[in-house]
Amino acid sequence: MKKVAVVGVGETKFTGPQSKTQVELFAEAATEAITESNLKPADIKALFIGNALGDFDEGQGMIAAYAAENLGCLYVPANRYEGACASASMAIRDAYMWVASGYYDIVIAGGIERAATMGTGLATRTFAMFSDARYEYPSGVTFPAVFAMLTHLYADTYKIPLQKLREYMARVTIQSYKHGAINPKAQFFGKNADCSMEKVLNSFVVSSPLTLHDCCPFSDGAAAVVLASERVAKKLTKKPVYITGVGQASCGPLINQKEYLPRIRARELSSQQAYKMAGRKPEDINVCELHDCFSIASLIAAESLGFFEYGKAGEAWEKGQADIGGHVAINPSGGLKSKGHPIGATGAGQVYEIARQLRGEVEPGRQVPDARIGMTDTLGGDGGTLVNMIFERGW
Amino acid sequence: MDQKLYFKDYNEALKQNKLLGLKCKACGALTVPPKMACRQCAGFDLEAAEVKASGKIKTFTTVFVGAEGRESEVPYIIVMVELEEGPWIMGNLEGVDPKTASMELIGKKVKMGNKVFAGDKYSAGEAARPLFSLVN
Repeated sequence: MKKVAVVGVGETKFTGPQSKTQVELFAEAATEAITESNLKPADIKALFIGNALGDFDEGQGMIAAYAAENLGCLYVPANRYEGACASASMAIRDAYMWVASGYYDIVIAGGIERAATMGTGLATRTFAMFSDARYEYPSGVTFPAVFAMLTHLYADTYKIPLQKLREYMARVTIQSYKHGAINPKAQFFGKNADCSMEKVLNSFVVSSPLTLHDCCPFSDGAAAVVLASERVAKKLTKKPVYITGVGQASCGPLINQKEYLPRIRARELSSQQAYKMAGRKPEDINVCELHDCFSIASLIAAESLGFFEYGKAGEAWEKGQADIGGHVAINPSGGLKSKGHPIGATGAGQVYEIARQLRGEVEPGRQVPDARIGMTDTLGGDGGTLVNMIFERGW
Repeated sequence: MDQKLYFKDYNEALKQNKLLGLKCKACGALTVPPKMACRQCAGFDLEAAEVKASGKIKTFTTVFVGAEGRESEVPYIIVMVELEEGPWIMGNLEGVDPKTASMELIGKKVKMGNKVFAGDKYSAGEAARPLFSLVN
């Protein structure tokens, strides 16, 4: 396996409903990544794109082919990945494999979604398509409902009074809002910086006990990264960010994860693959962008990734151990909760953030000092698709 | 290879308040709802079996924001129930006010009926789901 580097990244601002088409959004992110890599579209050998619900976003299937041609990558192989909210991370992991194998030396990978444009009703319906259509959706399950049930299960499993757990979760929201408020690419840029615990706890209930402020927004957006072999990367940039470990795992419906819930077993397996490949441990990670689609999801993820003991992540957030300056800096971008969650693009947005954190290029107020090793964590469905990747400075 | 129990037959049985699963002849595990392979050992040597349709609530939520086409159903309670024979299953809970559902539900014993989701333009037809109620 050859070493593979991220040589350029690009991202649109994540937003609510907006008027640019999916291929227009992707081209905006992709050209930023290609230009930053000192390349031209004709240098790209293949395109890998995450797009979970393009068929419903704007009635567009096979988006990869249109995205490739639109940005001038003519006639290249162009693959679409669908793994719910983990789609872009699947695309980047596969793009990594193709470059690591030596088959391609320069590829582009990323993701795109117009989830906000769909509106709440259709977005809620289509997001529920990532639960089991025959054995779960008939009960009226929604994505907030999945994590709401995990919240009650978490409180019962670890014997934490529900009100105390809700306060821990509010800490997650408040931390994410703080960072997102100063991230110009974030959906909640300039907003919610002074959100209080009372406001989180007392906003309207979406699915009990989750309130509006426990949930990420629906978002439009795109992100892209250029990957290159080590030989090529050294010619293109002085700051190659190497992908040193990757992992991916799958699982069926939520009910079949009963031995582990509220732990997500596929995440444990996926992250262990990534740690083993990189030769790293959880305590080596300086900065992690993890899948905080709901505030409870942050606690669950941080424990399965090995950052905190099971049942203890809430205390860690409360003590600042999950923030910049703590044990590990989690979601300095604002995460899905505040940066936004354009589902098919989310994983690429996480890689965008980690690459810029390692290069020391983000806004001073949310830059993790001397970040050398970063990690991404992306979850699709009810734990159905998990992808983890580890990134390290190449200079 | 044919699957030993298909969705169609599982669904028809559920509409009669009967819960069907698959018993593994190799490891003895019970798989509910139906699959090609045993959820425990991945073996194919399975036989359809009726499962006792009672258990206890492991977790729950009350949904206040419904999906397109199901807005009129809110608020409703979703539960995950651990069946007496081990598997977990998702369904709804009736007989409890959704607006006051609380942590006290966890651990409560339930029995199963059913309610049919008529389907929507995406769902390839109807599907029944368990409709649980508390056992006093």
